[in-house]
Amino acid sequence: MKLLEYQAKQRFAAAGITVPEGRLARTPDEAAAAAAELGRIAVKAQVPIGGRGKAGGIAVVDTPEAARREAERILSMEIRGYPVRSVWCETGLAIASEMYLGITLDRDRRRFVIIFSTAGGMEIEQVAVDAPEKIAKLWPDPFAGPLAFQVRQLAFAGLAHAPTLRDRAAKLAAELVTVTTRLYTLATQLDALTCEINPLVLTPEGTLVAADGKLEIDENAEYRHADLVTEVAEDSAADDGRTGDDPFEVEARKRGLTYVHLDGNIGVIGNGAGLTMNTLDLVKQHGGEPANFLDIGGGASAERVHNALEMVLLDPKVRGVFINVFGGITRGDEVARGVIAARDDLGITKPLVVRMTGTMEEEGRRLLQDAGIVPATSAPEAAEKIVQLTQGPAR
Amino acid sequence: MSVLVDRSSRVVIQGITGREGSFHTEQMRAFGTNIVAGVSPGKGGGDRNGVPVFDTVADAVAATDANVAGIFVPPAFAADAIMEASAAAVALTVCITEGIPVHDMVRARAYVERAGTQLLGPNCPGIVTPAQCKVGIIPNHINAPGPVGIVGRSGTLTYEVIQGLTQAGMGQTTSVGIGGDPVLGLGFTDVLRLFAGDDDTLAVVMIGEIGGSDEERAADWIRESGFAKPVVAFISGRTAPPGKRMGHAGAIISGNTGSAQSKIEALSAAGAAIAETIEDVVRLTAEKLGTPVLG
Repeated sequence: MKLLEYQAKQRFAAAGITVPEGRLARTPDEAAAAAAELGRIAVKAQVPIGGRGKAGGIAVVDTPEAARREAERILSMEIRGYPVRSVWCETGLAIASEMYLGITLDRDRRRFVIIFSTAGGMEIEQVAVDAPEKIAKLWPDPFAGPLAFQVRQLAFAGLAHAPTLRDRAAKLAAELVTVTTRLYTLATQLDALTCEINPLVLTPEGTLVAADGKLEIDENAEYRHADLVTEVAEDSAADDGRTGDDPFEVEARKRGLTYVHLDGNIGVIGNGAGLTMNTLDLVKQHGGEPANFLDIGGGASAERVHNALEMVLLDPKVRGVFINVFGGITRGDEVARGVIAARDDLGITKPLVVRMTGTMEEEGRRLLQDAGIVPATSAPEAAEKIVQLTQGPAR
Repeated sequence: MSVLVDRSSRVVIQGITGREGSFHTEQMRAFGTNIVAGVSPGKGGGDRNGVPVFDTVADAVAATDANVAGIFVPPAFAADAIMEASAAAVALTVCITEGIPVHDMVRARAYVERAGTQLLGPNCPGIVTPAQCKVGIIPNHINAPGPVGIVGRSGTLTYEVIQGLTQAGMGQTTSVGIGGDPVLGLGFTDVLRLFAGDDDTLAVVMIGEIGGSDEERAADWIRESGFAKPVVAFISGRTAPPGKRMGHAGAIISGNTGSAQSKIEALSAAGAAIAETIEDVVRLTAEKLGTPVLG
C-alpha cells in the first residue's frame, strides 16, 4: 500500500520531522484559497508514482488565479495511468542544498538499510549508477535500531563528498542523527517497506526539511494499521469513485484473488505463484499473449475456481482461458467441478483448456471430458491448444 | 545420504492443533516422519492423535529431544514462533506460514543467525528426504529416493519438477523449498553448499524465479567455489512485467534487479544447463546423469 505524498508528510510531521506548510485541494477553488493563505506555493499532483514533475504534474505559482488555473490543469491529468484526484499546495522553500535520506529493504542482506546521499533530488537508483561513491549506507541491528554514532558515521561518510557543506558538517551531522532516528522509528512503527525523503532540503538557515515524501506499507502488516488502511481507502473512494489502480486488480482484491492484469487476450489461472508465472511463460513461448496472472493458491475449492474464472472473463479482451493445476493439496475433481459449474452458470462459450495433474487427476479429467471441456496432460500441450483456439479474428 | 533431514530427525510441529497444522501432521506421519511433539500454547499436557502437545517449544524439546521444528501458525505469530524454536536450540526450523510482515521477518532472521540455528522459509513448501523424512506440505506420493538434489523457490513448480524426475526414473536425495518471500532463511547458495558435501547427490536442479538476486549470487558461488556437480536451472517469470508482484511477495522485478534474463545469464555463465520448460529439466538432468529417461 503506497501513501500519497501529503499522507506521508503528515506522518513525518507527527514524528517530529519538519515539512513545508501545505493544504490539500481537490478542486481549483481550494487550490486558489491555499495560495491566498500561503502566498507563493507549489501545486503538486498527488499520485502514488514517481516522475510526476517530468510529466508536468508540479507547478510553482505566485497568485490565487495562477493556482486555480494550474490546479485545474493538473487535476485533469492522468500520470502513468493514475488519474490525479487531488493536489498538495505547499509553501515554496529556499534551498541551500538537496540531499537524500531513505530506508528500504536490502534483500541480499536480509536487513533494512538506511541510505544517505548529498546528491538529492534525483532518483537514488540513478545516483547509484552515476556516482556510487556519493551513497552512504547503514544496516542497523533490527532489535537495537540505528545508534547515534552509527548515524554520525553515515552522515560524515555522505558529507565527505560535498565540499561545499564542509563548514556546516558538524551541525548537519547532529541534525541528521535526529531526523534519521525519527524516520527509522516511524518506518518501523508503520511497517514501511520504503520510507524516503527526496529531496531532504537544507535551507539557508540550516534547517532540514522533508520536501517530498514516499511511504510504502507492507501489505502483510496491514492488519496492524487499520486506521491507515481506512484513510487510504477513503481517499481512493473520494470524488467520483475513480481509483488510481487498475479496475480489474481492484475487483480481484475485493474477491480475495491474487490477480495481476496484463495486456494480452489469453486468460491464465494456475495454483501457486511459480507455476502460474511459468504458465504465462508457456503461453508466450507458444506465440500467445497472456491477459492476466491469477493464482488460486493451494487447496482451492470449486467455488474459488468459479470465482477465478468469472474474474478472468470480466476482461472483455479475453478470448479463452488456460487453467493449469498441479494437484497437491488442490484436488483435480474439485477444480473440474468449479470449471464446469462456472461455465454452466456464466454461459461461457469461449474456449477453456484445462491442464491437470496430481491428486484426483483422472476423476477431474473424466468430469471435464464428459462436460465437453478440453483436458490436457502436459502444460506445453495445453499452451499450444489454447493459443490455437484463440487465434484468428475476435468473436 | 541427504541434507538437513533424514530418518534420525525428531520433529516438533508448532501450531499442531490448527486446521493446517493437524492435517499436515497426519500427512507427514503417513510419509514416515518421526513427529515427536506438538506445540500449542494453552493446550499443553494433552495429545493430538497420539502426539504429545506442549505449551512451549522449550518444554517439547526438554521432553522429546526434538531437533527439527515445523511451523504452521498464523502470520501474526509466526516470526515469534521461529525465534522460540531457535531459542530452544532446535537445529532446523521449517516455516510454512505465508504472509509474515517483513519487519518481523528481518528480526527473526537476525535472531536465528545469532543463535546459530538454521531456518528454511518462510512461505515455503518445506523439505523432503524420500523414504525418510518430510517436513512441510510437499505431496507425499511424488517423491522417490535417488541421486538428484532439488532446491526451489516456488512450491507447485518444485512439485512439478519432483514428479517429472520421479516419473522419468530419477529419484531425489533431498528436495528443498526455500520459499517465495523477500526475507528468507536458507538461500540457494546455502543449499548448494549442503549438496556439495553430500556424496549421494550427483546432480542439482535449481528452480528460481524473478525477484531479488539470490540466483545470481548462487551463480557466483558455483563459479568461485568450483562446485563440481552438474546444475540444471529453471527460472520462471521470463515474461513477467517489471514492478508487478507476481503472487509471491518476493517475485517482483524492481529497477534493474530481479529479471529472469539476468538470472539465466548468470547461471549459464556459471556452467549451469538452462531449461526452458519442466520437460527440459527432466531431459537435461537425465543427460547430466547419463541415465535413460523412463516413462
